[in-house]
Amino acid sequence: MSAVLFFLAALGVIAGALGVVLLRDAFYSVLALVFHLVCLAVLFLLLRSEFVAAVQVVVYAGAVMVLYVFVVAYVGGEPDRFDLGRLSDRSAGQSARMRIGATVLGAALLVELMIALLGTGLEGVRHQGAPYSPGPETFGTPAYVGKLLLTRFLLVFEVASFLLLIAAVGAVVLARRRRGLEQDLQEPQAQLHRATPRDAGSMAEGVGGGPATQQAAGVLSAAVASQPTGSSLP
Amino acid sequence: MTIGWYLAVSAIVFVLGAVGVTVRRNPLVVLLCLELMLNGANLALIAFSRMWGNGDGQILALVVMTVAACEVCIGLGMIVAIHRRRLPVDDVDELRELQG
Amino acid sequence: MTATTSAWIALALPLAGTVTVAFGYRKLPGRSAGWIATAAIALSFCAVIGALIALQGKAPEHRQLTSSLWNYAVTAGIDARVSILVDPLSVFMLLVITGVSSLIHLYSISYMDEDRGNARFFAYLNFFVFSMVLLVLASNFLLLIVGWAFVGAASYLLISFWYRRTTATRAGLKAFVINVVGDVGLVLGTYFIFKHTHTLEFLQSFHRTTSGAAFGSQPNNGDLVAGCVLLLVGAFAKSAQIPLQTWLPDAMEGPTPVSALIHAATMVTAGVYLIARMHPLFEHAPAAQDVGAVIGASTLFVAGTIALVQLDIKRVIAYSTMSQIGYMIMGVSVGAYAAGLFHLMTHAFFKALLFMGAGSLIGAMAGEQSLAKMGGFRKAMPFTYGCFIVGGLALSGVPPFSGFFSKDEILLVTGERGGWHWALYAIGYVGALLTPIYTFRMIFRAFHGEPVQQARELEEGHPHHAEVPRNPETGEEEDTDVGFPGPHHAIAERERPMRVAMSLLALGAVGAGLLQIPKADFVIDDFLRPTFSDSSLYSTHTRNWLLVTGLVVGAVLALAGIAIAYRIWVLRPGIAAALQARARPLYELLANAWYFDAAIDALIVRPAAAAGRFARDVFDPRVIEETLVGGTTAIVRAGSAAVRAAQSGFVRYYAALLVLGVTGVGFYFLLQS
Repeated sequence: MSAVLFFLAALGVIAGALGVVLLRDAFYSVLALVFHLVCLAVLFLLLRSEFVAAVQVVVYAGAVMVLYVFVVAYVGGEPDRFDLGRLSDRSAGQSARMRIGATVLGAALLVELMIALLGTGLEGVRHQGAPYSPGPETFGTPAYVGKLLLTRFLLVFEVASFLLLIAAVGAVVLARRRRGLEQDLQEPQAQLHRATPRDAGSMAEGVGGGPATQQAAGVLSAAVASQPTGSSLP
Repeated sequence: MTIGWYLAVSAIVFVLGAVGVTVRRNPLVVLLCLELMLNGANLALIAFSRMWGNGDGQILALVVMTVAACEVCIGLGMIVAIHRRRLPVDDVDELRELQG
Repeated sequence: MTATTSAWIALALPLAGTVTVAFGYRKLPGRSAGWIATAAIALSFCAVIGALIALQGKAPEHRQLTSSLWNYAVTAGIDARVSILVDPLSVFMLLVITGVSSLIHLYSISYMDEDRGNARFFAYLNFFVFSMVLLVLASNFLLLIVGWAFVGAASYLLISFWYRRTTATRAGLKAFVINVVGDVGLVLGTYFIFKHTHTLEFLQSFHRTTSGAAFGSQPNNGDLVAGCVLLLVGAFAKSAQIPLQTWLPDAMEGPTPVSALIHAATMVTAGVYLIARMHPLFEHAPAAQDVGAVIGASTLFVAGTIALVQLDIKRVIAYSTMSQIGYMIMGVSVGAYAAGLFHLMTHAFFKALLFMGAGSLIGAMAGEQSLAKMGGFRKAMPFTYGCFIVGGLALSGVPPFSGFFSKDEILLVTGERGGWHWALYAIGYVGALLTPIYTFRMIFRAFHGEPVQQARELEEGHPHHAEVPRNPETGEEEDTDVGFPGPHHAIAERERPMRVAMSLLALGAVGAGLLQIPKADFVIDDFLRPTFSDSSLYSTHTRNWLLVTGLVVGAVLALAGIAIAYRIWVLRPGIAAALQARARPLYELLANAWYFDAAIDALIVRPAAAAGRFARDVFDPRVIEETLVGGTTAIVRAGSAAVRAAQSGFVRYYAALLVLGVTGVGFYFLLQS
């Protein structure tokens, strides 16, 4: 019974992951991730971690993904096109190469991990796991986790809550409007490229590659040529 | 099922997430794939927690979830801020100020 | 007051003079800089007299005293102290140096009277005397080298004293560079000797050499010969012997007192002093002695021939100095130490006297130095004429003047050595014939014959002044805006200090011979004996027939030379031009100073200049700039470009690299297990 459930949940997990990676529309990717998270929660249940499974569904799939949905709705972004009409040739070629390269790399990593897992015959991994002994504070119950959090992992708990505070403050800072919004209505494209104007000392210019230095090099070579070769010895 | 199966699933999810981060161009989807990787790690943690029979893995998984939540918060905030400044957010490749 | 204390005072006084004049010249009233400097040297001379008396009060075997002021670097293997050696040789040299220097300082007071560089001149002159005294008093190689170098520096400063003259600055540089060649020889020679004797002190070094501990008992040890020859290189550079002699004629660009002091009486005799001081080393390496003797003999001949055709009066005297120093070097190289040093003393007197007279004559000529333009000053300048005659007779070796005794004694000892030294003996007498010829050529041309315009003006009572000051050598107009050379030209007949100095020197030139009349009087010999007691060649017994022959031949040659000169330049003035026309190539050889300058120019100066041009045009731009500097930067640039390619700016690229890294690490750990 549990094996069937495992396979179903595992299939769901992998299907959701594939959906996130392969689906073109960002919104569909978000939905795929939600599906993935729910199936993952089922896997957690199979591993007797009820509390974590519940937290996964409530917090991760419930809150974080809802945030994602909001943002995707607001920001959107156009669906990823593979015909690459608007983009420059350079990044197009680069994307193709990147896609192939990344897939190869991923495959390599997967193979490696599989070898690590299965190649050793899984000697370090016991087969069945801990036995099931029900009770108020058994493995996986909220009481169990709560007790651990407040005794052994108190510092972790406090730091994690501190991190949440920082994230909240950061989000507020990032999201606030600045004064003079009107100047943000200027050319959006040019603004991105105007961020590093010429002769402002970009690194390319610093090593003699930018257009400004070519001009200067012309002047310098002219100056060297016109230098006198020194007087003869007395 | 033995723990090994759960670990295999976790590895697959992690690799899928890694590939997605490098392949996809929409920054939102990149962040989503990042979440995938974190979830893969979570699954592995829970599996090991079950194997050893103590709650350390579960606590760590909870913390990872917290971190993921924070990171999503900030990441999405940045994307929103970029969007606010009317810059195109279609392609992560266009955010390459640090080139050279 | 012990001898060493007096010696320290004699060393300190010129230094005090220099410092006072150099730093206080603004506050010193009027022209007192000259008097202060002269007083410093005169007091130093008195201190030397005190040292002499104290020294003679000791027993002869105790007359080599050292005194150390502080230890400079005394560690295992080296003993460098600031110490002086007071012994008869150094006191003898000091007497000559300080005595003649004080007279020259006195002369300079009038000579440099209206020169704006007056105070600078006296500061330099005192510094020179200090350096020379240091050189002579040094009791170890270190201080000797220090004094040697200082003397070279003082010479440079004084030769190019009138630094607005290009000829003067060039001459100063030439002198300095050739002196540095000598300095290198001196230092290397010191190293070779130190390598074996393991001490820098003279007395210890000599003792270890003569006892055989340092160089073995066999003479002509390779390192010792090398060391002595290198010391000789130093001596030759300083004393203007072949092949390092080309600087001395050019050094006449300096003011006449400088020529008198440095390039006649004292600095150029440093080489002679060096050989005399190092005589234990040289006697243990006779090969080096032979080198010295041969060079000395060649120089005296070559310089004598060149002096026959020189037109600049100071250059005639300069070549004469070169020739006489050749005698001295030859003398101390064959073992005639007392004779050589005696000749040094008498030469100081009459050569300084001749230079002073030349200075007076140049003053009357308003800066013109060419013999071709002089004539008939006999009536206008009787005192100067008298000094020239006295100096000339002493130089020519006419008895009973001092030059006669000293020169003949050198040649006597040379002859006594026998063997191939007879060749040197013959050359010495040829030189003895040449000397009166060129000396009296100079005197007759300047003072006899029709008086030139400047002489006539002087006879009428007002000295000639040139409308425009000109460089005596090139004739170009001089820039005297800086105040030198001054407008005032001093003549002995009109200046008392000059007359006093010249008279005293004339007395010395005449009377010094009495100190060492052969067979009658051995003052110099006895005085110097304690220094040379370890010398096997320091003997006074002579073969009587050789002595008499030498004296007679010397006197005859001197008088014959004067007679020849008289005939050519007074009785029949046309002979000189006829001779010159008939023996044109010989004349060219002599007029170009045996082509030494041309040879050095072709062998050393031109290749060096070419090397410099090559470095500037080819080596520097191509090798250094393009290859080394440019290459390094190109490599760095290429490397950075390669590394920069990794900074593409694409976030996904970085992420991919991360994944790659993780894979790699995992792979590593996989392999490990």
